[in-house]
Amino acid sequence: MNFDFSEEQYLLRDQARKFLGDRSSPAAVRAVLEDDTKAYDRELWRGMAELGWVGTTIPEEYGGAGLSGEDLCVIAEELGRTLAPTPFSSSVYLATEALLLASSEEQKQEYLPALAMGERIGCMAVSEGIGVANAQSINTRASGGVIEGTKVPVADGDAADFAIVLAGPETGGNPSLYLVDLNDDSVRRKPVEMIDPSRSHAEITFEGTVAEPLGESGEGWSITQAVFDRAAILMAFEQVGGAQACLDMAVEYAKNRFAFGRAIGSYQAIKHKLADIYVATELARANAYYGAWALAADAPDLPMAAAAARVAASEAYNLAARENIQTHGGMGFTWEFDCHLYYRRAKLLSLALGGERRWKDRLVSQLEARNTIGEE
Amino acid sequence: MDFNDTPQEAEFRAEARDWLANNAERKAPGKVYKYQRGEPELIPAARAWEATKFEGGFSGIALPKEYGGRGDTRLQQIIFAEEEASYLIPPPIFSISHGMAVPTLLTYATEAQKQRYVPATLRGNEIWCQMFSEPAAGSDLAGLRTRSVRDGDDWIINGHKIWTSGAHYADMAILVTRSDPDAPKHKGLTYFFLDMTSPGIEVRPIRQISGYSNFNEVFLTDLRIPDTQRLGDEGQGWQVAITTLMNERVSSGIRPAPDFEDIFDLVRMTELETGPAIADGAVREKLADWYIKAQGVKLIRARLMTALSRGERPGPENSVSKLVSSFRRQEIAHFGMDLLDMGGGMMDPDVAPMRAMYQQALLDAPGGRIAAGSDEILRNIISERVLGLPPDIRVDKELPFDKLPSSR
Repeated sequence: MNFDFSEEQYLLRDQARKFLGDRSSPAAVRAVLEDDTKAYDRELWRGMAELGWVGTTIPEEYGGAGLSGEDLCVIAEELGRTLAPTPFSSSVYLATEALLLASSEEQKQEYLPALAMGERIGCMAVSEGIGVANAQSINTRASGGVIEGTKVPVADGDAADFAIVLAGPETGGNPSLYLVDLNDDSVRRKPVEMIDPSRSHAEITFEGTVAEPLGESGEGWSITQAVFDRAAILMAFEQVGGAQACLDMAVEYAKNRFAFGRAIGSYQAIKHKLADIYVATELARANAYYGAWALAADAPDLPMAAAAARVAASEAYNLAARENIQTHGGMGFTWEFDCHLYYRRAKLLSLALGGERRWKDRLVSQLEARNTIGEE
Repeated sequence: MDFNDTPQEAEFRAEARDWLANNAERKAPGKVYKYQRGEPELIPAARAWEATKFEGGFSGIALPKEYGGRGDTRLQQIIFAEEEASYLIPPPIFSISHGMAVPTLLTYATEAQKQRYVPATLRGNEIWCQMFSEPAAGSDLAGLRTRSVRDGDDWIINGHKIWTSGAHYADMAILVTRSDPDAPKHKGLTYFFLDMTSPGIEVRPIRQISGYSNFNEVFLTDLRIPDTQRLGDEGQGWQVAITTLMNERVSSGIRPAPDFEDIFDLVRMTELETGPAIADGAVREKLADWYIKAQGVKLIRARLMTALSRGERPGPENSVSKLVSSFRRQEIAHFGMDLLDMGGGMMDPDVAPMRAMYQQALLDAPGGRIAAGSDEILRNIISERVLGLPPDIRVDKELPFDKLPSSR
């Protein structure tokens, strides 16, 4: 039994913590949050690319570091802790993972080396507005090598060079995935205002844009689901990192804020609230760690591990972000304090890849499937 | 990460499995251990099972060989407990003996006493109970009032203990008393062990809301204990009690039913007015919440085992797991009965599903949230010892015990 990261992975974590502590400060996050023209922190992105993080799981033959999903989880937790305002999740958890799962050798040669260097940024375009996006509900259409339709919100859609787009056939039937160059003249992009402006999102309209199939035709939804499962685990680590940051902030504040002649952290009303955040975060961490193992081992129960990690992490982060503001009292409600940066991010992350209700449903479906095949 | 045993752990597990297969009956659906709590045959059967384990070399797995233990690690102790959980074995009658009395004796008793009592306990000859709590001293243990007064080579004890599990069948007891009421509350305590057949002990069972009587009130009247049975110095009883409590059994991970798997089974058997319960969105949300908690607790235990395998000390894992699990059990009991709708209140085991497991659990569950560290105390432990928040302002630490305000 060794349910822990390795010594090398802890070294990687320390390196990430130090680097991001310097470069992804609250001031850096605010610089993106408060400037509508700034989609992400380019300097931070370049720094992460130079450290090789952007190509963590890309095999060495394509210019990546050839490390495992566990290593990427270690980095993700630190990104979440510091709210790193970059297109990391879109380009690394989604576009790169989709290419690793489904692309042809030629596509790998074309995309992976540039992704690994951080020279090209990818994103994934699935949602088409308010409501659930799935194989049945999407309206974007592909035929004759071109696509038509509108995707919104697309995380990092304004920063990315290419998108992986889910689109159905003209005649109805199962959708497929397509690689699309976002710099093409037939693509219209406009920024979308989001609950968390430190992460940029866009509305993207395709008007007869050339689209190259990615993966088997008609398998678009199942590949998307597989990519989302893997991304859910990585995002769970970001969420755990964020929840931990909120807990640390709340504990620090509770120790130093005095009311009625004593530190507010000495009152059980505050103590028990913070203990509950700790418990939720530890449960989320445990489920996320299991997801990290499933990711690295490509375990058969990866979808179940992913759903459990996702649900636990979304609950923990939303709880921690909300109660962190409560612990800070009126100051927590101000623009000046950093509490709201986490409150925004917590909600955004729990909606990306689909909301909590949908992941809970998916978790129970996985449990039902496990039971019918008679495993323990 | 690696969920497999190391070769050494695997070897021990195989040995344990092999031995258990030859010495106990494996669990099967619908089968329960032959004696339940409250049945008179249970205690001799529990003693016999300890003796069998002792002969087989599986008692006191993490205890030193010179006192009858196996001299292995706590990790191996957990591995054995995991394997044992697949067999029909007596409920944990010996958990206080092994988890609390023995470690305290090993720390504070004389060599001759260790030789006399530890192997006898491991062999199943002696069952211990723990006389700590009192009517006015539960979570606030140091508020206890049972008096000990020195009389020559003996001490004379008078007082009233409560919530004493197993006092009605225990052979021996550990006991904390107040020897100096003029000292501040934590400084006037003295700790002893005693023979339960000593004159001056009256045990009265307490009837719980479930109708069962697992624990007792114990009245001590002019009870004499030789000074040689004092553990730790006079006035040092609090430190000795902390030793006892710190050694609380490392959880075997076996939680009382119903847990996630039970409610998942019940949901899949149940038909609602809208169709199968498993198809109901509200039901599915609850299942997901309970699964991530059950799975989280299981995985937190995996982390504890990892720490133990490296020779590290356990962290706050048990506080987290107990807090989460005992509350979840109560929620599941409520929800399980709710699924049964108007029939859910029926307690007849021949009528209520799973032999009235949910109804029984509803009545048992409040105790789980109070005993062995209440929800509130566990949250205090987490916030003070893990998060480092300041302790509550205390009005009772410096004053002489006799001068403290108390409940009316």
